[in-house]
Amino acid sequence: MLRYFLKRLLSLGLSLIVASAVIFLALEVVPGDPAAYMLGINAQEDTLAALREELGLNGSVWGRYVSWVGGMLTGDFGTSYTYRTPVAEMIGERLWISLPLALYALTLSTVIAFPAGIWAASKRGSAVDVSVMGVTQLGVAIPNFWFAMLMVLVFAINLRWFSAGGFVGWDAGFFAALKSLTLPTVALALPQASILARVMRSSLLDTLSEDFIRTARAKGLSKRQALWRHALRNALIPVLTIIGLQFSFLLAGAIIIENVFFLPGLGRLVFQSISARDLIVVESVVMLLVLAVIVVNFAVDMAYAVVDPRLRGRR
Amino acid sequence: MNGGNRNLWIGAVLTALFAGAALVSFLWVPYDVASLDIANKIKGPSASHPLGTDHFGRDILSMIMVGARTSIAVALVAVGIGMGIGVPLGLAAAARKGSLLDELIMRGNDLVFAFPSLLIAIMITAVFGASALNAIIAIGIFNIPVFARLTRSGALSLWTRDYVMAARVSGKGAARISFEHILPNVMNLLIVQGTIQFSLGILAEAGLSYVGLGAQPPIPSWGRMLADSQTMISFAPHMALFPGLAILLTVLGLNLMGDGLRDLFDPKLRRARR
Repeated sequence: MLRYFLKRLLSLGLSLIVASAVIFLALEVVPGDPAAYMLGINAQEDTLAALREELGLNGSVWGRYVSWVGGMLTGDFGTSYTYRTPVAEMIGERLWISLPLALYALTLSTVIAFPAGIWAASKRGSAVDVSVMGVTQLGVAIPNFWFAMLMVLVFAINLRWFSAGGFVGWDAGFFAALKSLTLPTVALALPQASILARVMRSSLLDTLSEDFIRTARAKGLSKRQALWRHALRNALIPVLTIIGLQFSFLLAGAIIIENVFFLPGLGRLVFQSISARDLIVVESVVMLLVLAVIVVNFAVDMAYAVVDPRLRGRR
Repeated sequence: MNGGNRNLWIGAVLTALFAGAALVSFLWVPYDVASLDIANKIKGPSASHPLGTDHFGRDILSMIMVGARTSIAVALVAVGIGMGIGVPLGLAAAARKGSLLDELIMRGNDLVFAFPSLLIAIMITAVFGASALNAIIAIGIFNIPVFARLTRSGALSLWTRDYVMAARVSGKGAARISFEHILPNVMNLLIVQGTIQFSLGILAEAGLSYVGLGAQPPIPSWGRMLADSQTMISFAPHMALFPGLAILLTVLGLNLMGDGLRDLFDPKLRRARR
């Protein structure tokens, strides 16, 4: 187990190094002179020189990369050119919206998908199964930002149960804050829950047709007992894979959903920075999101090993 | 008609409907989408405008027809990029299983998977500005590892077959075997996945143009139409309803078609799934 863990950890480190190099190349080397890019064509030569100095653009590419990575490791993400505040601070504030949003959505999607998938699989071919499959087919096809807009129309504008957008802040109390994240979360979670429920169902059906389930039934377990005691654990592997993959979709989806609800999270920050040509902020936010995806996938790999010891040995 | 066949038919009809609308729009649309008619702005559905008009008085049906072109073109080219690069990579990785090349391709795949297409689009847009082309590149890059992995895993099981062994004994090289014997046999897998990636591409394109990272005005696109409708949703819900339905039905059609094709190609799976 330790060997497996170390091997995965090494590959995690390598992925992070390569990913950071790709991001650095794309945003600091490809544009040529980032200072000229950020200031536009009418910039004065002395302003350009000052910005180059401020951004540390006068060093070699290699030196700049090392100092960028080194800075991030110590929590220094540089200073935003447009806002004149440390990027780490800006990200920190917005993370308190984006991260709870993604986690809330992941929880909701799992809480809906597991029972739905298990229920559909255990009553295969019944009306329940057909309805779960029909609803999830729609859920997979619906664009989440459109679904979000429809929810705003129904629950915020017509019924007035929720506000149409904005975030009250965690200072307003935990439940008030959670409430203002609820519509965005449902919009993010339902399409993902549909995918997860379908994977749960088909994985469980595959497992239920295996020989060891027949053996379990033969030794006297009821269908229900066989499902809960033997099939479920074995059916979880593909489900975990999808949960891991979904995290990156949730993060990306959150960026779009934040725009529907005017939530001041990382997504809003990144779009504002793109229009302000603030490459330093874009670079840091992208790196942070990629880091999150890579670390979550590492965690999923570890979870596999716990669920299925056979996987520890092989790639 | 069994379930798989029914899915295939419903999916094919929905897909044909939107592909047909896109094609017809090259020859004829009810109204010109470039001309504004402010006197008729924000009108609900009527006999002259079956799906109503938008805030510039443009006919929404015509916009959806022309927007279908953008969605389909972006998603189709993105699938082409993914297949064109991913399939040869997957074939090569399978042919040289366990080699450094295989390891490089697979680790490269893992790396690209860490960049959701939205993040790729954000990076490209930050440097080059927003356009439909950038959306195609971003979605296309994300498609590469999908096809590379699928091709590799499909090909690996084929390399152990007797007929591949026979081809090797007769002196054929790995590249020739890959294209003559392996590729035709993973084609079914690729077609099914291609349909799924096509539908995901439509969703991704809509999302990108909704946040302004995709097709730019005046090119009509479904995501852009939804973005425009957002502030007017309380008094003009039809502006948000119809483009969203267009996306939903197109994606639903492609997904049903993908499911149906999978069942058609793999009767064993069909039995297991019922």
